[in-house]
Amino acid sequence: MQDLGIGILFKGVNFQRLLGGLWVTLRLALITIGLSCLFGLLFGMLMLSGKRIVKAFCRLWLEIVRFMPQLVLLYLVYFGFARLFGWDLDGETSAVIVFTFWGTAEMGDLIRGALTSIPRHQTESAAALGLNKARIYLHILIPQTLRRLLPQAINLSTRIIKTTALVKMINVTEVLKVGQQIIGQFYRQPDAAFWVYFVIFLLYFLVCWPFSLLARHLEKRWA
Amino acid sequence: MDGAFILAHVPDYLSGAWVTLRFGLYGVACSLALGLLCCLVRSFRVPVLRQIAGGYIELARNTPLLVQLFFLYAGLPRVGIKFSAEACAVIGLTFLGGAYMAEAFRSGLESVDKSQTEAGACIGLTRAQNIRYVVFPQALATAVPALFANVIFLIKETSVFSVLAMMDLMNVADTLRTSGGHTVEVLFMLAAAYLMILLPVSLLATLAERRLRYAGFGDRHSV
Repeated sequence: MQDLGIGILFKGVNFQRLLGGLWVTLRLALITIGLSCLFGLLFGMLMLSGKRIVKAFCRLWLEIVRFMPQLVLLYLVYFGFARLFGWDLDGETSAVIVFTFWGTAEMGDLIRGALTSIPRHQTESAAALGLNKARIYLHILIPQTLRRLLPQAINLSTRIIKTTALVKMINVTEVLKVGQQIIGQFYRQPDAAFWVYFVIFLLYFLVCWPFSLLARHLEKRWA
Repeated sequence: MDGAFILAHVPDYLSGAWVTLRFGLYGVACSLALGLLCCLVRSFRVPVLRQIAGGYIELARNTPLLVQLFFLYAGLPRVGIKFSAEACAVIGLTFLGGAYMAEAFRSGLESVDKSQTEAGACIGLTRAQNIRYVVFPQALATAVPALFANVIFLIKETSVFSVLAMMDLMNVADTLRTSGGHTVEVLFMLAAAYLMILLPVSLLATLAERRLRYAGFGDRHSV
């Protein structure tokens, strides 16, 4: 192929291979988001619990994930756990552990924020109107909490999707690695690298952008 | 843990920390400038530039820095646009950070009530004076927490600079780790080094927020 390097992307199964690589990180991100929502709910409720020691523990957890670059956490688990505990985790497992550890704290903090943002008079007025506890939750508290939470949770999810790109650094064969393999095969095509990385850039954008738009739309609608 | 090993390699980490901090700060400074520029272009509705800024912000916010760096460092040289690793680091971080800073500035500007500028105009302030003395101080005070959060985020993001073959903290640790034997010490020092860089930044953020909390003028909730 002598013309533009973008041609190599449509040669054989190259484009499918790239998509397959992207799916590796997306799948990790989806698992992480699911687990983070689940544990985050627990985390948020723990942060609101009266126990001082529990609160301090959550606070410390949150500070750790806010201070440590996710890549450092990945290294700690991927290389460190093998040395410390003899657990020989593969890259994908380490990634899920690390990103869930991070996502749980961030999601938990969002949930805590959303829960505390609802003024007490909402509950009190509902009770005065004669709603029982279940109905207060169902009709008053949960809808309002979700409205605050959902845009922020979607934003966090796009952050998680972007962050899973880091698994490249712990030897997971994801989209960048696949891209490098394709470039290696087509080393005669000098601008192959340009097109491959450009397409990967666009692919990430196409995945994350709709989420950003949705979050902004919901934020405006429910503000 | 091997104390002698840790002591022997403190200088390596110091030089790595210097690279991380220096390029992190270059990136932060350029991001602030670019972010402010984008924010002004958008809020003054400068035609064409405003659309460019909007598109850029979407692109930068919805793609991972790692992918941006690969494109800059390995992709662009293939079509004749070549930067040094250091330049790529600063350009990449600025590309990412500028978008985040622009959003932080914008949320600050939007928080200043219209009545403030109207009142300013009433007492005879020119448009420039209005911006300088009325809008800017209040907008900045509101934006400071988000701006500092971005600074911390950007310094953390520098951890992917090791793909540019720069000897930042991550790469120093990686080199020492692969030379064998002291994984736990290496990772411990890595985490400690990031903590020592980011803790002061976070303290500074808290101080700044505390000082600026009193900078709100007028009653924003009365109208």
